[in-house]
This record gives sequence, C-alpha cells and structure tokens, in this order.
Amino acid sequence: MFRSHVLICGGTGCTSFKSMDIREEMEKKLKEYDLEQEVKVVTTGCFGLCERGPVMVIYPEGAFYSRVQVDDVDEIVSEHLLKGRVVERLLYHELRDEEGNARSLEDTRFYAKQHRLALRNCGVINPESIDEYIATDGYMALIKALTEMTPQEVIDEISKSGLRGRGGAGFPTGKKWQFAANSVGDQKYACCNADEGDPGAFMDRSIMEGDPHAIIEAMVIAGYAIGASQGYIYVRAEYPIAVERLKIAIGQAREYGLLGNNILGTKFCFDLDIRLGAGAFVCGEETALMVSIEGNRGEPRPRPPFPAVKGLFGKPTILNNVETYANVAQIILKGADWFRSLGTERCPGTKVFALGGKITNTGLVEVPMGTTLREIVEEIGGGVPNHKNFKAAQTGGPSGGCIPASLIDIPIEYETLIEIGSMMGSGGLIVMDEDTCMVDIAKFFMEFVVDESCGKCAPCRIGTKRILQLLEKITEGKATMDDLDLLEELCHHVQESSLCGLGQTAPNPVLSTLRHFRDEYIAHIVDKRCPAGVCKALLTFEINPHFCRGCTLCARNCPAEAISGKPKEPHVIDQSKCVQCGLCMQQCRFHAVVKR
Amino acid sequence: MKTIEELKAIRENMSDTLAMRNNAEGSIRVVVGMATCGISAGARPVLQTLAQEINKRHLKNVKLVQTGCIGICRLEPIVEVYIGNEKTTYVKMTPEKALRVVNDHLVNRQVVTEFTIGAAE
Repeated sequence: MFRSHVLICGGTGCTSFKSMDIREEMEKKLKEYDLEQEVKVVTTGCFGLCERGPVMVIYPEGAFYSRVQVDDVDEIVSEHLLKGRVVERLLYHELRDEEGNARSLEDTRFYAKQHRLALRNCGVINPESIDEYIATDGYMALIKALTEMTPQEVIDEISKSGLRGRGGAGFPTGKKWQFAANSVGDQKYACCNADEGDPGAFMDRSIMEGDPHAIIEAMVIAGYAIGASQGYIYVRAEYPIAVERLKIAIGQAREYGLLGNNILGTKFCFDLDIRLGAGAFVCGEETALMVSIEGNRGEPRPRPPFPAVKGLFGKPTILNNVETYANVAQIILKGADWFRSLGTERCPGTKVFALGGKITNTGLVEVPMGTTLREIVEEIGGGVPNHKNFKAAQTGGPSGGCIPASLIDIPIEYETLIEIGSMMGSGGLIVMDEDTCMVDIAKFFMEFVVDESCGKCAPCRIGTKRILQLLEKITEGKATMDDLDLLEELCHHVQESSLCGLGQTAPNPVLSTLRHFRDEYIAHIVDKRCPAGVCKALLTFEINPHFCRGCTLCARNCPAEAISGKPKEPHVIDQSKCVQCGLCMQQCRFHAVVKR
Repeated sequence: MKTIEELKAIRENMSDTLAMRNNAEGSIRVVVGMATCGISAGARPVLQTLAQEINKRHLKNVKLVQTGCIGICRLEPIVEVYIGNEKTTYVKMTPEKALRVVNDHLVNRQVVTEFTIGAAE
C-alpha cells in the first residue's frame, strides 16, 4: 500500500527536459532508501506549466516541484519522502505567498482562473493505465450511453450542450453527428482529427499524451450515435509519445471489451485504428485528411458533398477534433445543462490554449469560453517578461489573426474573434511584445503557408507565393504604397477563390495585421524603417562615440570586417560593409552600439 | 472482456488510490514525526502500519503526511491527528498502537486517551 504518490510529467515538454531520467533516478533512490513499498511513482500527462518543467508533484502534500534536475532527486527522497520536509528551494514559487505562507496549487495565479475539463486527467492519472482512467469515472459515460440511451438521445444531449468544434471553425458537434446519423449507408465512420499542425499549438498532443482513453471513449460513443462500426484516429507521426500512448490505450480498451465486437455485452460493435500522417499541414483539412486515410496523396476536394454524406471511402463520416472528443464523455455523464453552465451562451464549455511567445508562463491553459485575453495573458500567463509591453496576441496560427493590445479586454469566443479579423483556430496563442514586427510575423506565417500549400488550386498555390513576395518587398524597404493596395486585393482574391480552408484562411495573418497595424506597414514602405527593429534590411547599426571606449571587441567579432578604429578611440561602422547581424550590439559592454 | 459490474468494481477499488491526488484538504490529517529522532525511535514502521491500515479500510478523507522534528524527541515516535480544529498528540507510538488509533480514533472518532501526550506526562 502506498502512502505517497510521486507524479512526474511525461508530456512532451518535460520529457525533452529529461523527466524520464528523473523518474529512473527516483526509482533508484526509493530502492536505496527502502521506500519502494510506500511510495508510488506515476508518469502523467501535461500539467500545463511547461515553462517550469520538468514538473513533479508529490501527494498527499500536493507539493509542486518545478525545474527538477536529476541531481535534486536524492534531496527530494531523503528530505521529503523520508522525513516529510518539503524541499522549499524546488517548490514552485507561487505556492508561497508574500509572507511565506502555503498556498494551494489551485490558488496560484496560473491555475486559479483555469477550468480543466478537456485536460481534467492530464497531470492526474497515468495515461498508460486504463484502471486509473476508470477510477476517474472513465468509460462510465459509455456504459450510460449504451445501456440507458438511444443513439438519438446521445445526439440530442450533445446538441443541447451546445458543444462546438474545437478544431477552430466552431461547427456545432451535435448537428454534425445528426447529419451523419441521417445519412444512409451500409458502413459509416467516426474519425478523429489529431493532425495538429499550427506552429506553436500543442493542446491535442497533450490530451492524447495525458488522457488517451478519453478520446477512445468519446469515439465509441460517437460511433454508437451515428451508427458507425469503425473509427480512425489520424495523428501525425511527429507525435511519437501520443501515438505510443494511444496504441497502449487501444490495446487496453480491446482487452476490456470496450472496443471490438459486442461492446459491454450489447449488440454494438466498434473498432479503432490509428493512421499516421506524414505531417503535411493540409491534411488537417477534413477532406484532405480523409483522402490521406484512404492511402492517397493528401489533397482537399470540393465540398459538398460533405463528409457526413459522402466521406471516407465514399461513406458517411464524422470527423471531430481531439479536444472536441475530450468533452463528449463528460457531457453524456454530467448532462448538457452542466456543460452549458460553463462558458457563454453562444459558446458553452471551455477552450484549451497553448500559450507561447513572449509570455512568462509558457504552457497549456484551459479557460471557460468568454474569458478575456487580459485574464489569459496577464493573470494566468503571468504577463510579458523583461518589463516589455504587450503588443498583440496571435490566435489561430497561420489561419488566424492578431488581437492588438487595444482589444485585450475582448472576451474570447468564436464570434468575437471573427469580428476582429482573427479566429479561434485550434488554440495556439502566441503573445508578442514591442520587439515584434507585425510585418515580419505576417511574413513568417505566409512562408509557412507557401511551404504547406498542397498546390491543387491556383489561388492558394500561386497567390500565397505572390503575397509572400510582396511582404518580402515591404520588409526589404523596396515596396511602394501601390504594392500595399495590391497586397490587400490579392489577399481578398485568395480568400474568396481557394478550394479549401487552408487557402481561404491563409491571408488572415496579413489582413489582420493590415487592419490593426497598418502604420507599421506604412513605416516600412514610406519611412523605410522597421519600428520594432526586426527587419534587417531596414536597420542601421551605429556606434555612439560618447560611449565607445575603443575596446576593439566589436571590431574583432564583426564577421564582415565592417568596424574600424584604433584601440582606446571610438570605432566606426562602415555602412556599405555592414550586414546588420547585430553581433557588435550583443558584444558591446558599454551599450555604445545603437540600432535604428 | 470485462462486464459493466467489473468496470464499476475497478472504479471503486481504484478511486481510493486516486483520492490521494486530490488537492482539496481532507477533513482528517494524520501527521507522523519523521525527523532523525522519530526514525531512530521507530517511526518508520508506525508510518507504514498507518498507511496500510488507512488503505485497507478505504478511509478516503484521511491524509497521512510526515513532518520534521516536533520538539519533544524523548517522546518519539509521535503521531498527531487533526480533525477540524482539534488536535490530538499520540506519543511513544508502536505499530500495534497505530492500529488502535486508526480503529478507535480515525474510524470511530474515539480518542485513545492512554496513548496521548497528556497520559504520558
């Protein structure tokens, strides 16, 4: 019998910080101190606070240790686990208030405003143990659906809950299921879109890594609701931990008779398989994804017919995002009214965001819909580091847009984001400070889209490339105001005439930065100046002769040999040779190099 | 292949294990002095017995934690029981005494007076 549980994060972030080495060391030390019969070591999914990883939590005290190193393990075992003395120096600093009194994890700024629904088991259970999932009411929703509810009642409950697609577009899930249920077909499919491709987004990954059974349970329920007997999880091969845990979970579910023939002794049969994607961004688009599952090159096709009518292998199919599925079992178990009590009228429930960029608490957060951006950035995220100012947040990755600082009090919902020219997207939220150039950001996302455009339709294949060329022209200071009009026009054309969601939303980052930060574009074009000091072609580095001590450090480090001057006398940069690498500025100890 | 009943049984058995990972304060806190003085006086077997017994009886609202030196080393092993605002201090504990504390105090809410610090003094 165990008196203490040591939870070690096995999410991707902490694993890459060697959390599994920490686990190994922990087991070794427990043996050494003869505590292995008393202390249980568990690998869990993501706790969300990736910034402070590797993370370890010890219960029953609930001590949250952050940035744990292998060398710290001995102290944790000998002090905390043996003698019950919490290792204060490793404790997450938010667990103590200003006076040094204990504060529970739920009351820390990072967790206080969060409401973990889709992530409820992440960081709580061992994702490789079906029994631990069952202990947290796992598969109870499936029992309820199969034994107490008709397929139509399941769909009605989901419809009533107001659950909307968490992949980004926000289509009502119940409606989708209803369409598929109404379609006639000898074979139907329930699929899961786990092809998370937005740069900086990792919520689906974390759910699969931390709570794979939640996806499986929801997919079986979905299969029951629409009359499908086969499901596929389309997950990218770049997510090895997620794939591994899904495989383990599917194996366990089969063993327990929760997948396969006559599930739970009923007449319902459903099985699941994993299909690995090679990582093409376009395969996250539903029609391209299904083409890829069929074994063909992942390219979209026109809709209609919609997948609910004619999808995978020409049969009625539903395709839901990982996070959408993660909500299903709890809605069935706790009811639509409970779900509606969270979030807003239009958008019930919660949303998971992957917080990244210029933010103190990089990580995974889940908040009720309607939470303001300010709460996410300043309270949960801990604000922008290094005393910089918040400039904008980018949501929705390459399909989304930015929210400027002036709109920071906007409640986050599908509709409000679209109104301001952004979109929810899958939930990547990249925070930008004053050192970020908005033209450069637009260019970054456009480069991504140009790489990832599948090339099937001309507007996306050619249009995005031309948009990128115009952006390059602007950042090099070679553009005119006519180019700006052309850019805007081109964006609208690509938006309106592309075949699939990838092309239709590709101009969003450009259009939204144009809308909120037009002055920055104009500064690049008219003044030949990059206000954030990012675009190299528009920068000049100069040495302030009053500060320069003539230490020669910059001259020795300059790769272009553009700096000259005698020792102990002010140096000068030859602008014709300078490549704007900024190395002199980094090297200078007297802050004599200035960037304009 | 598991039946619905078997799945529910798994949930019941496992939920005791997972109850520990709940940050909410349990209503009963059992604290064992596990500093050097406590360990050398035999606190380890006391702690182990308490853990086994609490688990065996599925006492979900009990949190078993260790602490450092309580200060009266000569009376170790010391076990403190907190129920609400009430604190009981048991001294010179042994595994056998620990069983009685779980049975009488934690389950039946009867303080085992003869093991308390008051009786020892």
